[in-house]
Amino acid sequence: MPLPASAGVGFKPEHFDHIRASAPRLGFVEVHAENYMGAGGLPHHQLGLLRRDHALSVHGVGLSIGGADALNGDHLARLKTLCDRYQPDSFSEHLAWSSHGGDYLNDLLPLPYTEETLEQVCRHVSQVQEVLGRRMLLENPSTYVLFEQSSIPETEFLAEVVRRTGCGLLLDVNNVFVSATNHRTDAMAYVAAFPIHAVGEIHLGGHAEEELPSGPLLIDAHGTPVAHPVWALYAAVLAKTGPLPTLIEWDNDVPPWPELLAEVLRAQSLLDQVSEARLARAS
Amino acid sequence: MTVKSTLALGATLACALSTMAVTAAHAEGEMEKCYGVAEAGKNDCAAGAGTTCAGTSKVDFQGNAWKLVPVGTCTTMKLPDGRMGSLEALTRDLPA
Amino acid sequence: MPAHPDFVFAFAAGLVDGTLPPGLTAKAPDEVTRRFAVYRNNVAVSLAAGLSRRFPVIERLVGPEFFAAMGQIYLQRHRPKSPVLHEWGDSFPGFLAAFPPLAAYPYMADVARIEVARGRAYHAADADPIATDHLLAAAADPGRARLGLHPSVQVLPLAHPAVSIWAANQPGAKTEPMSADPEIALVLRDTRFDVPVAALGPGDAALIVALQQGQTLLTAAQAAAEIAPEHDPHPILIRLKQAGVITLPKDIA
Repeated sequence: MPLPASAGVGFKPEHFDHIRASAPRLGFVEVHAENYMGAGGLPHHQLGLLRRDHALSVHGVGLSIGGADALNGDHLARLKTLCDRYQPDSFSEHLAWSSHGGDYLNDLLPLPYTEETLEQVCRHVSQVQEVLGRRMLLENPSTYVLFEQSSIPETEFLAEVVRRTGCGLLLDVNNVFVSATNHRTDAMAYVAAFPIHAVGEIHLGGHAEEELPSGPLLIDAHGTPVAHPVWALYAAVLAKTGPLPTLIEWDNDVPPWPELLAEVLRAQSLLDQVSEARLARAS
Repeated sequence: MTVKSTLALGATLACALSTMAVTAAHAEGEMEKCYGVAEAGKNDCAAGAGTTCAGTSKVDFQGNAWKLVPVGTCTTMKLPDGRMGSLEALTRDLPA
Repeated sequence: MPAHPDFVFAFAAGLVDGTLPPGLTAKAPDEVTRRFAVYRNNVAVSLAAGLSRRFPVIERLVGPEFFAAMGQIYLQRHRPKSPVLHEWGDSFPGFLAAFPPLAAYPYMADVARIEVARGRAYHAADADPIATDHLLAAAADPGRARLGLHPSVQVLPLAHPAVSIWAANQPGAKTEPMSADPEIALVLRDTRFDVPVAALGPGDAALIVALQQGQTLLTAAQAAAEIAPEHDPHPILIRLKQAGVITLPKDIA
């Protein structure tokens, strides 16, 4: 079952009771895979209960798909155990790397886009899909630097990964806005070039802003509400795609539940508007 | 241990086991109640790092040596020997 | 020639020493150092946050500034090996014991051992509490009865009164007089998923260790009596039962 085309939320344990009580209004719940790789205890108890009432997305942050090393086999095996246990409706990971030489760096680090990295990323995506026995979604990153050695635009790179591996994409609209602002490019042009047919989920989150001499530097900090221009970009994406499963991510300075729910409901109302507009056009 | 005391211990244990059988584990029957909110520094800490797919605007990548003077409760906590920090004589090498 | 391994190597090295990896650029190229610093910060801050969440009492004991500076030194020497960050930090007690600026605070490592054990207990495998019937059956023959203990149960013999120090640094703790004697810590996860820490007498500790080794209840109680001659097994057994950590023996469960 794919995720429902409605608004969901990134699960934080402090919101457990609220989320259980909000079941009907939440399209789905997303968790970070790595937080549920212990043997037992409260994390699994909570996830088991959530799974009973909600569609579930498992979002990995540690596979290092864009790394130079082979994928960590132990980690991939633990991911498979997790997916087998909870049967999520979606599994997604990032176009980034986070491990090197056996060390884990705990950040989504950027890679140049070349023929060589394209092949490597495709190998890794195919391996993940084979081991998990399911199609995965790959997420576009927020980046702060560019590379002279990059020879393929990011949208083309992702389209080619989709073509070669059959994976889907997770379109993080905040990441699009963050990267476009940081590199002084046009976010709408990025969306226009994005292989939109492959998108299985959208992410929305807040960013922080710093000032450089040449203009703003946005940081994908997930510690604030979704910014106004990101909502506008999201609406423009939905106008092209129709309703898609949409996640509100809030990972740092997590707010009280009502504030987070308000963000989810705002996304849901945009999804509802798009559905209604489509229905009106069809009739 | 003598035969007699082994017998006595056996009787004590039989009694203990019977008492245990009727001692409920606490929170039994309340399994569905809120476990969500952990007091900071209690359950929460044991959860470990947690992962992030987000960056940060905080800056902290220098292990500044001048900060390496303890300023926390270890300097004010009252320990039984009347001193503030150490529980035994300073025998270790101090930093060069 | 594959270039990606060299690129990743240079980027990872730059995260530590600040050297920009080759090819790094930006629309305004003179801003590239500031932009690269975002990645350096992300790695340093997120790993430091991981360490402080696993060792909140150590952070409180030394203060946040000291902890942050020490954390950067620790994480350069002991990078996580897995993306499962709650498993990172097992080497922290040993690091603290050998960290010269803490030479005047020899109890730090023991407090950190308690925090490591709490993390393990929190994530330990699940196991159901033993059923009443099994306990009643065991009561008929304590000489043969064996009991299992939940995988979260850990007994830590410590060189310092680290349980008291840990407890004195919990939120809302009252200052209580502390003995200078070494303590034995009992760490477990109860049925509410709480992970309490308690000090154990040597007899209680011997009894728990014997049960963990698969000894009969009688042998375990004898082991306790050998170490603590007047040892009464009753209170510790009731306490373990209340916490829900008495299970069927491993080979039966």
